[in-house]
Amino acid sequence: MRERDLVIVGGGPAGMAAALSAYESGVKDILILERDQYLGGILNQCIHTGFGLVHFKEVLTGPEYAERFIKKVKAVPQIEVSLKTFVVDLKVCDPDINVRLRRSEQEPTLQRRDFVITYLKPGKREKIRAKAIIMSTGCRERTREMIHIPGTRPAGIFNAGLAQKMINVEGWLPGKTVVIIGSGDIGLIMARRFTLEGAQVKAVIELENKSRGLARNIAQCIEDFDIPIYFRHKISKIYGKDRVEGVDIVKVGDDLQEIPNSGFTINCDTLLVSVGLIPENELIEMAGVEIDKKTNSPVSKQLNSTSVPGIFVCGNSYKVYDIVDSVTRDSCECGRMAAKWLRTLTPLPLSQPPDGVGEG
Amino acid sequence: MSDLDVVIIGAGVVGTSIARELSRYKLRIALLEKEIEPAFGVSKSNSGIIHPGTQNPSTSLKGKLCVLGNKLTRSISKELGLDFKEVGELIVVFDEADVPKLLEIKEEAEKLGVPGLRIVDRQWLAANEPNLSSDVLAALYAPTAGIISPYRLVYALAENAVMNGVKIFTDHTVLSIRPLKSGFEIQTQNDKFKSKYVVNCAGLFADEISRMIGIDDFAIKPRKGQEFLLDKKKEHMANHLLFPLPGRDSKGVLIIKTSDGNPMIGPTAEEVENKDDLSTTSKGLHTVLENVKKMMPSIEGSDIIAYFAGLRPAAGSDFIIRHEDKVPGFINVAGIQSPGLTAAPAIAMMVKELLQSSGLKLRKKLFFKKHLRGVPSSDKDIVCRCETVSAGQIRDAIKRGARTLDGIKFRTRCQAGRCHGGFCTARAIKILSEETGLPLQQITKRGKGSEVIKDERA
Repeated sequence: MRERDLVIVGGGPAGMAAALSAYESGVKDILILERDQYLGGILNQCIHTGFGLVHFKEVLTGPEYAERFIKKVKAVPQIEVSLKTFVVDLKVCDPDINVRLRRSEQEPTLQRRDFVITYLKPGKREKIRAKAIIMSTGCRERTREMIHIPGTRPAGIFNAGLAQKMINVEGWLPGKTVVIIGSGDIGLIMARRFTLEGAQVKAVIELENKSRGLARNIAQCIEDFDIPIYFRHKISKIYGKDRVEGVDIVKVGDDLQEIPNSGFTINCDTLLVSVGLIPENELIEMAGVEIDKKTNSPVSKQLNSTSVPGIFVCGNSYKVYDIVDSVTRDSCECGRMAAKWLRTLTPLPLSQPPDGVGEG
Repeated sequence: MSDLDVVIIGAGVVGTSIARELSRYKLRIALLEKEIEPAFGVSKSNSGIIHPGTQNPSTSLKGKLCVLGNKLTRSISKELGLDFKEVGELIVVFDEADVPKLLEIKEEAEKLGVPGLRIVDRQWLAANEPNLSSDVLAALYAPTAGIISPYRLVYALAENAVMNGVKIFTDHTVLSIRPLKSGFEIQTQNDKFKSKYVVNCAGLFADEISRMIGIDDFAIKPRKGQEFLLDKKKEHMANHLLFPLPGRDSKGVLIIKTSDGNPMIGPTAEEVENKDDLSTTSKGLHTVLENVKKMMPSIEGSDIIAYFAGLRPAAGSDFIIRHEDKVPGFINVAGIQSPGLTAAPAIAMMVKELLQSSGLKLRKKLFFKKHLRGVPSSDKDIVCRCETVSAGQIRDAIKRGARTLDGIKFRTRCQAGRCHGGFCTARAIKILSEETGLPLQQITKRGKGSEVIKDERA
């Protein structure tokens, strides 16, 4: 089994920033495992502008922001990137194994804990041993099911991020008359995107009394296009046997209870769901890292850290960020933290690799 | 198509079980299905429980067929390489006073020949079902209860029937059936079929099919069941299928293990008018959560990742399986509600005997292919991250008959995990289009009308 100093799971903005800063802090053996066919993560589908204002003091699109990091990563030979690589398992090895395998009795106390990552690549299943791990696996969207909207289950209900990928990456228009539930940033940006593509966005529905998104997105994506936005409203039913035909909308009070007789129906062929993001931490959860049940973030005393020393988490899998510039900032810190952790490990004097076999 | 021996109407678990059973013989068989894929009617929302036969009167047809079906399902799933698991079930009571009711159930079931039943106490439950509420005082343990994937069972039966010569016609709604001097002429929206025998297992629409030949002494009353699926993380919260004491019309709200791993809670039981009312309601959710929390307090609403509703095709309290003597050659298989999935292989045997006793000659084929061809191992090009489904597995599902995104989902689990297709749907659409040659705009969720993409940019 091959061994690497630092393995980073996820090659989006967080993973790339962490890799570069770990390298600058002295880590010279880094592997990024990325499940998609290119680096950059979700930035690749965010073709709107507004990225980089803090970090680069420039206005960039998502792909442009990603491109700057991809170039830097590719310029560093000590950072290896493995694309189309899907991690299926992460194990924390018993430190005692190292003692048995590697240490003679007179050697000092053990400070070393290893991790074994199993991943799939087209045609292959491989394992790799790592001294430290950074997880930058991003987040997933909450779904219609998680907010329990009653009604039918027709085609035409999309998470906002999926619709964004369909339009911006695939060149598909998933709907022509659209209602959006949730006023998070992706929902707002997709309201504008659908409108620019010739679809009609009939309403944005928000349970809270104000938007969850950035002020600039309310102004530039909703107000500039005269899209109706309903605060303190919710969707009480979805209609349509095969394809969405409409939704019932009802007003709620400050106690979030439905107000009787306040309901109305909007006909539409598409419901876009933008009701929040959930950090993806299932891999480390299965490895025994403590995860907060409410937020799905790691339970953590310090930024980017977890309950298992040597496993770090950064970017949206650590917590959901508003802007990518902050992800970059905190992920750079994560790279430094991983470098520091690696420096504190007792150097291993043995020439034999742990399994007594070479690579593979 | 003419010169058919048997036309089977409805490619759910009953229709495909009959088709596979009859495909052992030298017969010309057509299986007609109004949906675009098999299992898209009642069967797809089945909870996947292979019942031991405990909650049926000992004199009922469904009771007998359930016990036999439970045995037959084991060999069928072995032959077809399906994932039947014998997990056992517990019918729980919260009150000492209810223990006699468990004894009654046990006695009735033993008359039917259900093996291994015993009453277990609080101590046994604490050791074997630790997350169960401590308010549960005792339970009836039925070790032969099991789980299976209902749609994969139907797909495997259908695929195996086709390997043995059955022709399946999906997207064929039966519009009329005309008795001929000998046999029947069956008209669908785009074809005519002539057959000596007709077996009606049209699920929710069995009454409408039967009326076409003038038999109208039963009506299908749909009874809705809403089910809620929990995150796979909760896979091991229960070790058995957990039942409360049965109510008058249903087995109650259950905690169900599924062969996909995700536990399921439900179903509700609501009489509905409309045969396509598959909507879920807030009330349904509340009823289900409230009931299962009594059995297992640790279940939370936030564990739910998906929900759906199905309709039980009820026609009175028992199955209706009979040759219609007034219309020789016509067999009705109607009212197949729970435990229909379990009973299906036994129903198939019974229908075979009915056909035989009404004159159909059964001559065994020299060679019956009882196994499916092997499933290729994953090519490790992962499309669905939550359920680890590869591109090759999706392509294989399409080669075996998937024509829709739901068909891919039911066969492979792609889009069925916690992100609910957020990450994998776009790629699944592209693979489906590549493999079937359908233009992207004709890719559907579950058949005509459920197209996913409205327009493409050149």
